[in-house]
Amino acid sequence: MPFLTPQNEREVRQAFTELRDPVKLVVFSQSLEAADLCAENEQLVREVAALSDKISVEVLNLAIDRERAAHYGIDRVPAIAVEGARDFGIRFYGVPAGYEFSNLIDAIVVASTGEPALSEETRVALAGLTADVDIKVFSTPT
Amino acid sequence: MRLAQHMAVASDRVRATAIEATEFPDLSRAYQVMAVPKVVINDRVHFEGALAEPDFLGAVLQAAGAGR
Repeated sequence: MPFLTPQNEREVRQAFTELRDPVKLVVFSQSLEAADLCAENEQLVREVAALSDKISVEVLNLAIDRERAAHYGIDRVPAIAVEGARDFGIRFYGVPAGYEFSNLIDAIVVASTGEPALSEETRVALAGLTADVDIKVFSTPT
Repeated sequence: MRLAQHMAVASDRVRATAIEATEFPDLSRAYQVMAVPKVVINDRVHFEGALAEPDFLGAVLQAAGAGR
């Protein structure tokens, strides 16, 4: 059964009209660790990617593709790295259903355009950062 | 997550990770997630609920040690 309703698909297609650069969704799974969630995650990502020819999907195994996992800084599954023209450091842990779904779509769009919707003041302040900043956002599906 | 991921695109210094709290109870416990959304920056600065952009930026700068 598909995750996305026809209405979801219409809304996502509308959001994807803004896409510019190709986006790659790098999915990490590990069937021994969380088989059902990883399968759900892969299916959701593939359904989303099918809505635009600018989106590609690569599925990796956390236990086997260790170098790639280390490269993306990923140590749990299911996980998704959202890459645009370069890797901006956007990651999703867990199936991005419900509330996180709109964030995944937004992440794909902003990674593709490379143009964050932030105020000039925020951009200037971020450009002046001299230390790395790791932001974790915990949420639940509903 | 929206502001965090836009900040990640704006700066190579910033990484944004969304974590589904119920699927990762160990992380939720470690970061004492009682309500969502909960934001944790550099494991130092944390807050619950959605902040407006200037306040979110303030938290980022505080965590980066660039401001108070």
